[in-house]
Amino acid sequence: MTLVRVLFYFLSFIAIASALYAASSKNLVRSIFVFFVTLFSLAGLYVLALADFVAVTQVVIYVGGILVLILFAFMLSGKETLNVLQKQEGKFFSMKKLPAILLAAVFFIVLTNVLFKADADNLPWVRDAISFKNEISPKDIMIDNIGVNLMTRYLLPFEAISILLLVALVGAAHLSRKEGKA
Amino acid sequence: MITLTDFLVVSAALFCIGLYMTVSKRNAIQILIGIELILNAAILNLVAYGKYDKVNNSGQIFALFAIVLAAATTAVALAIILNVYRRYKTIDPNDINKLKD
Repeated sequence: MTLVRVLFYFLSFIAIASALYAASSKNLVRSIFVFFVTLFSLAGLYVLALADFVAVTQVVIYVGGILVLILFAFMLSGKETLNVLQKQEGKFFSMKKLPAILLAAVFFIVLTNVLFKADADNLPWVRDAISFKNEISPKDIMIDNIGVNLMTRYLLPFEAISILLLVALVGAAHLSRKEGKA
Repeated sequence: MITLTDFLVVSAALFCIGLYMTVSKRNAIQILIGIELILNAAILNLVAYGKYDKVNNSGQIFALFAIVLAAATTAVALAIILNVYRRYKTIDPNDINKLKD
């Protein structure tokens, strides 16, 4: 067992365990903060998949942006949200959750079945990529290549994203304005 | 070395946890966290496959696009949640069952 494998199992264990905790926790704030841990360990997994730029973006945008946004929304919505949560029954396992658990478990079984049947490591294009040396090796520095590709091959989706961000900005500002003054 | 299937299994587990959260939670913010988990599972898949594309970097670049789109989605969704809270004084999706008039 190499160090990389140990790190992979460690990080994926943290990611899945903290996601499970966030899913089962009754306390909203605790669930948000545990979600931080999930996102950080996912960034570590991206590094192990040799995508360091995506990992840094994940930390900057998700951890720095989205989670702070969620915390702000939680704080702005006042203490009534907490009261709603506290009213839920204190039992760990309740009958009402059973269909959702069943759905998720069956979906997981189906997905893993599909994954093992598909045998992703022996897909034709993956094997081609390995034989043509088109595979990213740990010593490669991909950031400059990503920048060049972003400005040449993927310029159209890049511009489309910029328009969409502008639309989302205007939409969010419009939605969260005060009523009546419009 | 870590195989592709390992990443895909982790991503499948995260997807199912997100699915469970989205279906069962009674709080709009936690449902939003579930959706973020599902998005992250998809991004993990993109990144894992992107390792086998050194020239074009398609996997990594579309993972970046997905992260940016997730940020935009979250901003709009939180604005909607705040609006709903202002009108109904609750963010439990079960209680939100009236139209404007």
